[in-house]
Amino acid sequence: MPVPSDIIRISDTVWEIPVSHKAGMLVPARIFATEALLSAFDDGVFEQITNVATLTGIVGHACCMPDGHWGYGFPIGGLAAMDPVHGVISPGGIGFDINCGMRLCLTNLTYEEVRPRLRSLVDRIAGRVPAGVGVEGTVRISRDEFRHVVEQGSRWAVKSGFGWKEDLERTEEGGCLAGADASRVSEKAVDRGYRQIGTLGSGNHYLEIQVAKAENVFDQDTARDFGIVLPDQVVVMFHCGSRGFGHQVATDYLRIFVAAMHGKYRIHVPDRELACAPFRSPEGQDYFAAMKCAVNMSFVNRQVILHRIREVFSEVFGRDPKDLGMRQVYDVSHNTAKIERHDFEGKPRELLVHRKGATRAFGPGMPGLPDVYRKTGQPVILGGSMETGSYLLAGVDSAASTFFTTAHGSGRAMSRTAARKRFRGRQLQEQMEERGIYVRTASWSGLAEEAGPAYKNVDDVVEATERAGLSRRVVRLLPVGNVKG
Amino acid sequence: MTAPYRYLEEIATADVAFEAWGATMEEAFLAAADATLNTMVEDIRTVSPREHRVFSLSADSLDLLLFELLQELVYHKDADRLLLRVRDLRIEEAGSGYRLRAEASGETIDPGKHPLLADVKAVTLHRLSVEKTPSGWRAVVVLDV
Repeated sequence: MPVPSDIIRISDTVWEIPVSHKAGMLVPARIFATEALLSAFDDGVFEQITNVATLTGIVGHACCMPDGHWGYGFPIGGLAAMDPVHGVISPGGIGFDINCGMRLCLTNLTYEEVRPRLRSLVDRIAGRVPAGVGVEGTVRISRDEFRHVVEQGSRWAVKSGFGWKEDLERTEEGGCLAGADASRVSEKAVDRGYRQIGTLGSGNHYLEIQVAKAENVFDQDTARDFGIVLPDQVVVMFHCGSRGFGHQVATDYLRIFVAAMHGKYRIHVPDRELACAPFRSPEGQDYFAAMKCAVNMSFVNRQVILHRIREVFSEVFGRDPKDLGMRQVYDVSHNTAKIERHDFEGKPRELLVHRKGATRAFGPGMPGLPDVYRKTGQPVILGGSMETGSYLLAGVDSAASTFFTTAHGSGRAMSRTAARKRFRGRQLQEQMEERGIYVRTASWSGLAEEAGPAYKNVDDVVEATERAGLSRRVVRLLPVGNVKG
Repeated sequence: MTAPYRYLEEIATADVAFEAWGATMEEAFLAAADATLNTMVEDIRTVSPREHRVFSLSADSLDLLLFELLQELVYHKDADRLLLRVRDLRIEEAGSGYRLRAEASGETIDPGKHPLLADVKAVTLHRLSVEKTPSGWRAVVVLDV
């Protein structure tokens, strides 16, 4: 589908589709993108974001980030804030991989120091952080304990020895979204998740050893506040979510919502993946409490993975992880719905903010940020493709129009099937190795699907977020070692 | 013999979409189950029938019945680490909806034996359809991977 003819240019990076575009739209849809990115948006983004604009109780605009692409129900890169009293909650606005997110960990090592041991690091991490289809982790707990874990989040992990206390304050929501209620979660969801703590998954999930080159630091002061202080400093970034547990929670409630929406609430949506229920309804509240369990599972998952990374670095370098400066920068989530307080139309209001493939990016001084980042704004971790690089960004004051939300990645530009036809996993691995990126993968064809050209240009996406006033660049990070799920 | 399913490139950029077909409704469901397994395993013939599961499922409509069946395969992949191939399947009308009984068999995931592809997270309702065509039945499914 081409760009709709009735789209209005608000600025060179903000585009609006008016409510007159489609019957039932309650608010306009806004797309944040440069003209070049906008014209390359794939079929369906325009249809999906205007569908989101029809959901009951939506306020402001239905927004799509510059890395947006076709999803199901909501586009990936979609953002919708609902009035929590009159509005709906939609699992399709969060995604099946609840609290899929990114975590970034520092080291005080330079690339020169890491290079001779890179293979050993990557191979050992691949052995310690299981990846691929249906893998189990190394944390052994009972089903009952798992129900407790998903209510406690990362607090359980740190108490159990998987991390440091300071990791918690450097995690969105302190690593535990309050109000999680495991009695709202099915036995099937527990079956799928209780052995998967500390696993990466597959698809676009990865764990990367990266380098912050001096020439890729955009703002030295903020970089220093985030812990990037050395030339060619090595960091570790990873991307994963709530695994089978979250996927089952989403599936269970999608089924419940489809039935309740038609029978009980008489809500009509243009696409069943937008199935929703009033936020204040029993179904809405049950899902919200169960979703929070999945959010917490994901925080625990990334907390345990961080612990494994620290173990491996410690073994390989024969030094304590604290001595290696392995502090967590931050952990951001990009598939959630949360109650947040925002200034809206001149007054503070509580809103239910759905983010699907979109990252919260709080500006300086906003409540919810740890003291250490009060001045800088929230660190935003944006994962690019495994070949091209990723970014560390900072939240800015000017992002109120998106309820302080920015992009989450570079965004796919090519379908998985098309990428598989065009690239060969083994060949890609060799080519990447020639360019200094050592890759381990659980699946060759999975590797091919993640080839750099299958994604939009991450630099263009990040630049668009900066020009649109959603976030600003701090450091660009280059991959040197990759464990692909 | 070519498989009675085909992966679609034009739907769902980041996910996996396929169409599956058969002369009967049951055949189309079996083909969709194989297409789902084939999303996770490169060669589904490598999955030997060592363990068995029986599914009794019901839904208000045929497409939601297919959703329930495929969802079972995704569930057992994580819960029991089982790759399952649906081998026998019967669908009947029940009241205002449909009922399905299926027998599936397969084995525990073994990356050495089963060349693995993507981990399927969920069956989506996006574009989900089961329809009668002039030559039989056709299903379209998008999986979240």
